[in-house]
Amino acid sequence: MDLSIVILVEMLYAVASLVLISAGLAVVFGMMKVINLAHGEFMMMGGYATITAVNLGANVFVAMLVVAPITVGLIGLVVERLVIRHLYGRLVDTMLATWGLSLFFIGVATMIFGNTTTGISTPIPGFSVGDYQINGYNFFIILVAIALVVGMLVILKSTRAGLIARGTMQRSDIAAALGYSPDRIYMATFFCGSALSGLAGAVLAPLVGLVPTSGGAYIAKAFITVIAGGPSLVAGLLSSAGLFGLVNQIFTFAISPVIGDVALLVAAVVLLRLLPQGVTGKFFKGKL
Amino acid sequence: MSLDRRAFLGRTATMTGAAMLPSFASAADTIKLGSILDTSGIFDAYGKPMDMAMRLAVDEINASGGLLSKQVEVSGYDTQSDMALYSQYAQQLTRQDRVDVVHGGILSASREAIRQTMRKTKTLYFYNVLYEGGVCDRNIFINGVTPAQQVEALVPYAMKKAGKKVYILAADYNYGQITARWIQKFVADNGGETVGLDFFPLDVSDFGSTIAKIQTAAPDLVIAPLVGGAHLSFFRQWAAAGMKDRIPLASTTLGVGNEQLVLTPEEGNGIMVAYNYSQQLDTPANAAFKASWLAAFGDNSNIHETAVSTYQGVMTWAKAVEMAGSLDRDSIIDALETGISIEGPGGKVTVDPKTHHAVLDVHLMEFEDQRMKVIETLPQRQPIDTQSVCDLATSPNDNTQYEIQI
Repeated sequence: MDLSIVILVEMLYAVASLVLISAGLAVVFGMMKVINLAHGEFMMMGGYATITAVNLGANVFVAMLVVAPITVGLIGLVVERLVIRHLYGRLVDTMLATWGLSLFFIGVATMIFGNTTTGISTPIPGFSVGDYQINGYNFFIILVAIALVVGMLVILKSTRAGLIARGTMQRSDIAAALGYSPDRIYMATFFCGSALSGLAGAVLAPLVGLVPTSGGAYIAKAFITVIAGGPSLVAGLLSSAGLFGLVNQIFTFAISPVIGDVALLVAAVVLLRLLPQGVTGKFFKGKL
Repeated sequence: MSLDRRAFLGRTATMTGAAMLPSFASAADTIKLGSILDTSGIFDAYGKPMDMAMRLAVDEINASGGLLSKQVEVSGYDTQSDMALYSQYAQQLTRQDRVDVVHGGILSASREAIRQTMRKTKTLYFYNVLYEGGVCDRNIFINGVTPAQQVEALVPYAMKKAGKKVYILAADYNYGQITARWIQKFVADNGGETVGLDFFPLDVSDFGSTIAKIQTAAPDLVIAPLVGGAHLSFFRQWAAAGMKDRIPLASTTLGVGNEQLVLTPEEGNGIMVAYNYSQQLDTPANAAFKASWLAAFGDNSNIHETAVSTYQGVMTWAKAVEMAGSLDRDSIIDALETGISIEGPGGKVTVDPKTHHAVLDVHLMEFEDQRMKVIETLPQRQPIDTQSVCDLATSPNDNTQYEIQI
């Protein structure tokens, strides 16, 4: 009984962390069709922003939920103005440019923070479920992921800004004809995407040892989740993160973490063979 | 002054020639020590202090009059944590610079990349890092601890403190696998039982499900030969789940790159380790070493295990050169094979003639407030793992890295 609760929490946590890792990319790649290979580095910078803020005396939750997203969002804004905005609609070129950016950010982070592992400890103590101890921080991550999904849904569905953003992503020419500036909307959307990546990096930072190359660990999982999710932003994210999180954890518990990762990748390959357009290319069609 | 192309080339050639002359002229007056280390890139946390230790040792040798009344000159190359550069710089050191000895290499992969070049060119080679054991080659001298030296000391101590049921978490490459095998052996030898064994690729950083699995197995002790920044997450998540006060931890790798400074005291306190060196060692040799490091570099907080090994490697070589009275490789090897010892910051280091590994003091330690508190010193531990497969006295032409079967 206790064990099943522990396993349930671990599964929810796995799904939640996939949602977090992929949310920023879902906006930047899923909505804007920019292949952001620097996504992992945006997360890494979110982590460093948190650690720096905490070391400077900020409250750890403020650092994670406010400082990191804003810092990384602003960095994203600069990147968008200088590089990305010249490359909209040129899928392959964005890939090359953002790969360069990722190397650049790793270099800058190495120069500033050095090539050693840093980190902060988790702000929430563990607690017991029967005979088992669970990492209390897992619940925080699950909560953040839920808040994030709900927030995205509300903004995209029920606010005017969300409507304009969605419209611009579908037909920027029509949006322009209706008097909105696609240039600005793209800029704002990229800011949001970067901020989400920063948030993910920040929230995951207390669980890992951070090095400038940490981003590489996330990029593959993020792309797999977003691509397997398909065209619908939120529904796609939830369905693929849910599926892969489950598969990963089942195999991790049954066999080992290595097999868990293998199972995740196999599931992704099989899924894309059966549903080349992603989960939401077939199910939940037309949903957000 | 007008300068045409011909005159420019002429002058440049003269100047270059002149610049090269002194190095030819002085070649016989100095001893050349080649160094090959990652002082940038992802392994620089190990490599930089190793480079500093090597230079400190050479400066001390030179300050006390050099070797054979010659000064020692360093030819150092930074391999930038790139394995391809090792073979390139090894060629440069042995064929162009024609150095008298090479110290360096960090990962086992880098050592294997250059070991054969050193052997072929008959350049004496010192590898100063703790590693998985088993290299058997008359041209190489290794003075880091091997798994058996460490584990033989650590396991009985940790089991006495914690209990008989052990769970092992190891990095998934040869170091972790070999070390895990030794841990299993010593657990069994001490009347214990291994209740679980998991391997993790180096990029795994999420240990949540593993922590739940460990609790299902309910061990008395967890031993974790985990490697690198991603694996550091385990110790953090273990503490975050509140497990630290329930099941004690031991590790064979944590602290080699000064990881105790990255973990907070709450996360680190009480973790048991065993190495050749701790900054907290209270010996005159260590005090002197730390003082001269401080004087040379201004900060001695970065001294770690492999830096001390490097220092001890250079000092062992220097002693052998003085004893041999020449720079001839075979005479130096003969001198080393007499089983010479030096007194280093980590204790007495003796060359084991049979394996060219080192007989060392192993110190049992516990993390305490980001320091490694020395609990007990086990003097002069033999490299029994490599000794079981390698005997250079009877087969001097051996050139293999053995996978030690237990």
